[in-house]
Amino acid sequence: MLTKRIIPCLDVKGGRVVKGTSFEELRDAGDPVELASFYYKEGADELVFLDITATPEGRDTMVDIVERISEKVFMPLTVGGGLRNINDMRRMLTAGADKVSINTAAVLKPTLITEGANKFGSQCIVVAIDAKRIENSNQSHWEVYIYSGQKSTGIDAIGWARKVVELGAGELLLTSMDADGHRAGYDIELTRAISEAVSVPVIASGGAGTLEDLYQALVEGKADAVLAASIFHYGTYSIAETKEYLTKRGIPIRS
Amino acid sequence: MITIVDYGAGNLRSVVNAVTKLGYQSKITNNPDEVLSAQTIILPGVGAAADTMQNLKALDMVEPIRQFIAEGRPFFGVCIGLQILFTGTEEGGWRECLDAFPGQVRKLPSGLKIPHMGWNQVKQRGFHPVFESIPDEANFYFVHSYYVEPDDKSLVAGETEYGIPFCSVITRGNLVGTQFHPEKSGEFGLRMYDNFIKMARRECHAN
Repeated sequence: MLTKRIIPCLDVKGGRVVKGTSFEELRDAGDPVELASFYYKEGADELVFLDITATPEGRDTMVDIVERISEKVFMPLTVGGGLRNINDMRRMLTAGADKVSINTAAVLKPTLITEGANKFGSQCIVVAIDAKRIENSNQSHWEVYIYSGQKSTGIDAIGWARKVVELGAGELLLTSMDADGHRAGYDIELTRAISEAVSVPVIASGGAGTLEDLYQALVEGKADAVLAASIFHYGTYSIAETKEYLTKRGIPIRS
Repeated sequence: MITIVDYGAGNLRSVVNAVTKLGYQSKITNNPDEVLSAQTIILPGVGAAADTMQNLKALDMVEPIRQFIAEGRPFFGVCIGLQILFTGTEEGGWRECLDAFPGQVRKLPSGLKIPHMGWNQVKQRGFHPVFESIPDEANFYFVHSYYVEPDDKSLVAGETEYGIPFCSVITRGNLVGTQFHPEKSGEFGLRMYDNFIKMARRECHAN
């Protein structure tokens, strides 16, 4: 049976891993190559790296980091942050990444998704969606944000999820901006709505605080994988402990 | 020396890194003569089967690869590199492939998330040297939307379940193909490459 994936996320700035609360208050949590090797040995199923500077210099640093990590770590690697075109994607894939994640560029130029899928295969193209709940008088929906959550697009997240899959995305990395950094649980409603709307795997992100939160995202949220940063980086839970907990609760997990 | 075939699909580095990590030397090539003179070949695979065949044709690699395999020399096809060993694929209409294994490549059934992406178990069907010291039902990393269906079921060495049971490892002597990516499958994946390379070396000394 296909197992559910546990994915530590490493936000990288200036060659170091950092993690903030709601994209602010960054704290240093270590060297990306060492952390990647650590998680590989611990049994993480996959790693995601996001260059949060999203600048040309940041991209060059990431290429170097990905090259060094792929020499030591034999598990899937996804890289995102500031990738703007086919050439940026190719550099990361050639450096040793298995998948590239695009967010702002996908919104600004949706054809990039198709172009990337045609060049490298859909399985390489992850579209990251940062979604924020918008409360109206009697109903709520989620809107897509870009530029690290700083700019609203007015685009409905569920419709956008469907569209990017049509365009060739092979996986979605879904972050709830409301939940991110608060360690109070994933946005289950959002996760389920997106997961049910598309035919490709969905990674739930933003808000993991307890192991129960991960369980809820996988079961109630119907996510295929859960991504978390702080709870792993600060040692709140180890990967082994996380996997043991989820296995006991009946989730198919790679031991 | 392990020869890794480069047909322009990209991520060869992981395969090179895995072989290097195991302590072997490797060479990347897109030269048909180097394919013919190789001792051991790994054909990595990422992308679409039709593009892969087209790229191999453009590089004049189709006949050298066929010949290498026909001579029973050690060859390992990964993912798309497995799929193109079959007679043909449904991907992008009907495309003819290398026909080293009579059989078809078909789309995974709908109803489940496609691609089949993540770690899944391989049930071993009988023993082959590539499984040395790898437990039955060990997890390997998959990412694919099509699966292989060999005519001769006795060649299926490993099976995986995703909606349907499908062939995830096929072997015929020194010819090995896996639907999963050993270079992305942690310690068991590395061990499978190591087993294959050791098998290839024994073969080389025997001749």
